[in-house]
Amino acid sequence: MTRMQYCEAILAGFEYVMANDDKCLTIGQGLWSPWYVGRSMDGLDKKFGVERVIDTPVSEQATTGIAVGAALNGYRPIVIHPRMDFMILATDQIVNQAAKWHHMLGGGRSPSMVVRGIVNRGGEQGAQHSQALHSWYAHIPGLRVVMPATPSDARDLLIAAVQSPDPVLYIDDRWLYEWEDDVAPACDLDLSRIGPQILREGTDITIGAASFSVKLALDCAELLQKEGISCEVVDARVLNPFDPALIRKSTLKTGRFLAVDGGWANCGFAGEMIASVVEAVHPSAMRSAPARITLPAAPAPTSKPLEAAYYPTVDTIAETVRRMVAG
Amino acid sequence: MAGQSLLGRLADPSQFNDAIDLRNTATELLLNHVRDIMMIRYAEEAVADLSISGEARCPCHLGIGQEAVAVGVSSALRATDRVYGGHRSHSHYLALGGSIDAMMAEILGKATGASKGMGGSMHLFQPDVGFHGSVPIVGATIPIAAGAALACKMDGKGDVAVGYFGDGACEEGVFHETLNMATVMKLPVLFVVENNLYSSHLDIGLRQPTDSVARFAQAASVTTEIVDGNDVLAVSAAAEKLISASRRGEGPGFLEAVTFRWRGHVGPNEDIDVGVRRSPEELAAWKGRDPLRRLVDALVADRGVTRDQIDTIAQDIRTRITAAVEAARQAPYPEASALFDLVYAQGNAA
Repeated sequence: MTRMQYCEAILAGFEYVMANDDKCLTIGQGLWSPWYVGRSMDGLDKKFGVERVIDTPVSEQATTGIAVGAALNGYRPIVIHPRMDFMILATDQIVNQAAKWHHMLGGGRSPSMVVRGIVNRGGEQGAQHSQALHSWYAHIPGLRVVMPATPSDARDLLIAAVQSPDPVLYIDDRWLYEWEDDVAPACDLDLSRIGPQILREGTDITIGAASFSVKLALDCAELLQKEGISCEVVDARVLNPFDPALIRKSTLKTGRFLAVDGGWANCGFAGEMIASVVEAVHPSAMRSAPARITLPAAPAPTSKPLEAAYYPTVDTIAETVRRMVAG
Repeated sequence: MAGQSLLGRLADPSQFNDAIDLRNTATELLLNHVRDIMMIRYAEEAVADLSISGEARCPCHLGIGQEAVAVGVSSALRATDRVYGGHRSHSHYLALGGSIDAMMAEILGKATGASKGMGGSMHLFQPDVGFHGSVPIVGATIPIAAGAALACKMDGKGDVAVGYFGDGACEEGVFHETLNMATVMKLPVLFVVENNLYSSHLDIGLRQPTDSVARFAQAASVTTEIVDGNDVLAVSAAAEKLISASRRGEGPGFLEAVTFRWRGHVGPNEDIDVGVRRSPEELAAWKGRDPLRRLVDALVADRGVTRDQIDTIAQDIRTRITAAVEAARQAPYPEASALFDLVYAQGNAA
């Protein structure tokens, strides 16, 4: 076991895949100036060379398309979008191209590639520097979407994503970069066998979440433990294709389900988790109606008090859990 | 035309109507060009018939009149090069030697199709001849071709990638992004624009300040050639020159081939009733620059090839096409399981 921060674990993932597969390359903005990506790619250009670690012009769509083309021709590119908001400009290549080529061309080729979109919010950065758009992309058949919450997953889901024959969107959150944990030695991983996991067992309520929302849920569970409320926390990890079995099973046990998500509510991942639960868990097995905590339906603000009101916190989650358990 | 013409005589359909200059090209190679052009033209005529009869329901974008561009470019390529196309790519696929049987089956949505019946006319795929895929999102394969070129460059074997697109795609942002990056990254890619002066119904004079698109490539320091796209040898000479430079590591090339499509944007009609410029007179004038007739006339005049020989070639090709259509009609549709089996390369769609 090695003690590792989330951002160091991402770097460890890059080092593992780049060292183990000479067809693996990474391309995107800021790769020769690593402040763009919060120490998560430090020194890769020096270690693996600028032929395989490619900094690019501000051309998200062409950069992503070039990665699709390289992937269709035997390479394993990891495209870096240092801020997910800007990745929207590459959406044609992600949604119309990478996600569909295998199916629409009869399975002859698959763009085995990773698109890394970083959620980088807070700090009064505002509406176009804050978005978490995982729900959009998780809507698309053919595009695997992963969101690591823990330091181990920050590394391991990157390795699994790179080694997958399918296009994978890997979304990390800079609010998690300082989370430190023990991490086992790295190994090869099969993404198609990775799904949701229980990070904390409990009996009173199931909290389903992904990425930074998992951290909030774990902190909330810790807080409520002292009040005698036992929360089970399920980390979704893989949002598409989403395997609902674990949140269903957990909810059957606890009788309550709360979805926490860093995106918006309408047509979002929180609603998807709730739908997955209620489709399979009979109302008689539920001790309260399911609920969700998401961002409010507004763009991210810049002003400090507005920003403080905008993001869900451990306290807002705890308040909902108390109400559900009491109800 | 609202804008200024940079193409000059190349955009004037009364010009370049004579037999082409055969430039010391071997007669057998020229006859192969005749076969390839005929294969594309007659195949697309058959596709038009299938659309009219209702047997082919997927959108079919025909390039009749533009055949010499793909045939000329393909003559400068080898099987390990990587070619990408767009919505109007029957010619790009067939000119590389793509299977006529697989194309017809694909258009009818059959399991024996080039994309196993999962793509239709707009999604052709036969990598063993060098055709690596086509998609109808305008301009989408421009960066994909550049990415294939990055792979070629890293492989270090001298292969190149080709991206075919039209003048309309030059109005997409990704085109400009890719030209810039291809130069900066020194990618061995040939961008081939079939400038047929129309994007769907809208003529280039209503879309751009001038009628030539090579200026965009020049702005990105990409080496350019502008040619009569209805002269197969002019196309192949220019393609050869640009591709050789790319193989030598000199970066991307850009070929603007001026041509004209005889049918409408999509489907079998001539589309002389849409748009504000396209007229029966304009279409008739452009048919005077027929790439097939100009090649055949030259062969008859300069190489002693007889009209009977040409007719025999035409008949053979029509027979092959008829057989391909019949085989496609008889072929099975994809299994129902294909709907889910192909969503992911690994595991199922959950």
